[in-house]
Amino acid sequence: MCHQSVGLIARALEASGITTVTLTSAWSITQSANPPRALFSDFPLGNTAGPPNAPDVQIAIARAALDLAVSASEPGIIVPTEHQWPEPWKDEARELIDHRTPREATPQYERMSDMAAAIEKHGEELACPVC
Amino acid sequence: MGQDAPAELDPVDYIQVTHDSYALLGYDAYRWADNTEEPPALVPPAKPLSESKVVLIASGGVYRVGDIGFTHKDDLTHREIASDVPSDELRVTHFAYDETSAKADINAVFPIDALRAMVDAGEVGSLADVGLTFMGGIYSQRRLGETLTPAIVDRVHELEADIALMVPV
Repeated sequence: MCHQSVGLIARALEASGITTVTLTSAWSITQSANPPRALFSDFPLGNTAGPPNAPDVQIAIARAALDLAVSASEPGIIVPTEHQWPEPWKDEARELIDHRTPREATPQYERMSDMAAAIEKHGEELACPVC
Repeated sequence: MGQDAPAELDPVDYIQVTHDSYALLGYDAYRWADNTEEPPALVPPAKPLSESKVVLIASGGVYRVGDIGFTHKDDLTHREIASDVPSDELRVTHFAYDETSAKADINAVFPIDALRAMVDAGEVGSLADVGLTFMGGIYSQRRLGETLTPAIVDRVHELEADIALMVPV
């Protein structure tokens, strides 16, 4: 869903005159949403910009993406990177497991301390409507 | 048509996986945006990369400590993350992807340190004052297009960015 949302926003940005480039790890979704230019890395979802704590790979991906932004001449092009994920992962990604958590309608936080910080700054009503 | 993946790449087809999962659960099939017959606009960059201002736009539910978190139900708001933010003040909240990598290193979904390194090296001209983040697991394409999309487009123009680097999860 994220790949779709980003692809659609990229199209709108480009239509408004902004050069865009979109990272992707979900080829079929990006192909369908069809943003102006995309750089595909064959990684598990959640690592679109590179594996964690691998700054060299992250910089290489950002560089390849921005190079594509200034060089692409074909609308809708998707260019694969050569980076490989270090472990097997695709069989698990293809299993029909619903990994989603319930879609809460109130603000969600990674840590309780983040909620406390948001309440202090923005007040309980905005930051935590059900406290 | 949209560009097919090279056969040897064999990427996971998440549209098919989602379709099959929903079918098993008895849900109606989700109607994905299909622009394969609608080529996107293509705007050539106005300047070389080394003179361009880049704005980072990411959908992984990234927020800074002190920000109000995202809801997980078609949240159509965005957050603005100062481009000089210490990376360890960034957090994620999302319902639909494995956040393990993002929690270990925010750059997996918000490559701010990579972009800062490119600016320091002179490869990129500058970064916009802020990056724009949202929780991209939005089912309603209509509401996305009516609310979040125009807000992002307006902000990118106000920030006078030349190039947008878009990062979904």
